[in-house]
Amino acid sequence: MLKILKYSFYDLMRSRWSYVYFAFYMLLGVVLLFLNNDLSKAVITLMNVIIVLVPLIGTIFGVMYYYNSKEFTELLLAQPLKRSSIFLGQYLGVALSLSMSLILGLGIPFVFYGLFKSNAIWDFSLLLITGTFLTFIFTALAFNIALSNENKIKGFGYAILLWLFLAIIYDGLFLMSLVLFEDYPLDKLSLFGTMLNPIDLSRTLILLKLDISALLGYTGAVFKKFFGTNFGLILSLLMLTIWVILPILRITFKSKRKDF
Amino acid sequence: MVNIQNLHKKFNKNIVLNGVDLTINEGGIFAVLGPNGSGKTTLIKSILGMVIPNKGVINVFGDNIKNSSNYRHKIDYLPQIANFPSNLKVRELIKMIKDLRGNTTEDKRLIALFKLEPFLDKKLGNLSGGTKQKVNIVLTFMFDSPLIILDEPTSGLDPISLIRLKDLIQSEKTNGKTIIITSHIMSFVEEVSDEIVFLLEGQIYFKGTISALKTKTNQPDFEHAIASILTENHA
Repeated sequence: MLKILKYSFYDLMRSRWSYVYFAFYMLLGVVLLFLNNDLSKAVITLMNVIIVLVPLIGTIFGVMYYYNSKEFTELLLAQPLKRSSIFLGQYLGVALSLSMSLILGLGIPFVFYGLFKSNAIWDFSLLLITGTFLTFIFTALAFNIALSNENKIKGFGYAILLWLFLAIIYDGLFLMSLVLFEDYPLDKLSLFGTMLNPIDLSRTLILLKLDISALLGYTGAVFKKFFGTNFGLILSLLMLTIWVILPILRITFKSKRKDF
Repeated sequence: MVNIQNLHKKFNKNIVLNGVDLTINEGGIFAVLGPNGSGKTTLIKSILGMVIPNKGVINVFGDNIKNSSNYRHKIDYLPQIANFPSNLKVRELIKMIKDLRGNTTEDKRLIALFKLEPFLDKKLGNLSGGTKQKVNIVLTFMFDSPLIILDEPTSGLDPISLIRLKDLIQSEKTNGKTIIITSHIMSFVEEVSDEIVFLLEGQIYFKGTISALKTKTNQPDFEHAIASILTENHA
């Protein structure tokens, strides 16, 4: 698996898109720092961008890489390699190179701005950690979709739908259900609902770390009580890990049964 | 060497292989023939474990290949369409395959044989179809495996390369290897193969030597023998 990982990683590292992605984050970091002139504020703005953009890029890159490397995969399948190591190697190659673009692209401007001397360093690290988690989650989901769909257009369509659902539609449905059932105590339900969507979970996790949860009202207090504690943090990270592991398991399962 | 029992495969509702029984013994060149869509490539990919059969058992070198990948160390496979990652250079691809399968020095001889030196530092995406096929051939023949599977090896090759390929196949045969070929070029098949397997509608219609086929169909030459099978069954 490590050999495949190495080659996929090198292959992506020399592709133009990794640099575009890296340059984009670098530019974003520099512009935000320049406009906000304050690390904590830049982190908040950055969060809003990352929460939506990282899943989108992970999804599109994952699907694109899978379909583009189809011939390469077929070449590898005829070699004495396990199927699971071929696909996991490719997946990790994509996820790692994307995460690296994210971490380096954002990290470099923030470090130069004086991140290590400020107290925003923990918030910023949490931002990068959730960003990395989101990359791994959505690349894995994208690989799942691509593995199940021979048709490229269909695969792309489903991938975008998935992103749209988790990034936007889920929130809408969630909000509607809260309005609909407002006569009932909903703090447990909303906590549960947040845990089930990796994007919501990451957003809540960062918001509460940033100490602006006072703006969130009563539910915010419940959330703060839960996510603000170490238990809540660990449970959230655990949930994100499960979100990574489940799609990976399906990749290995699905790839064993697929015809090429 | 390869033993297939009652192999069934369908893609959705399309039945491609419908109960194939086939034994390929050690040594010699076997051609798998059949009209378009008769299941040649599916049969070959089943042997390689790239297609997973619905029913049936495949034994390669005496072991069931289900859920196994190590037996592919003993198989060299030339895929039908030579499409490689376009970002890689030829040299890097060869190095990578060597890294994955084990070292060999045979590649230098083959590169010289097919005059590929000027292309070594070119990216695979910029190569012509015929040159890609030559790279494909180098990748296949550079390892010393007892079983060689060639899917349409002649596609895109110029006449000189075709002659070199034929020589290469013959020399591997004299080394005692087993070679399985699919091709649509009947003259090529007639020239190189010892025995043919004719697939029709997912089953083996004929297995034997070319002269046996000629006698069976009462035709003086190979091409007409094949054509007569097809007209009889599709008329």
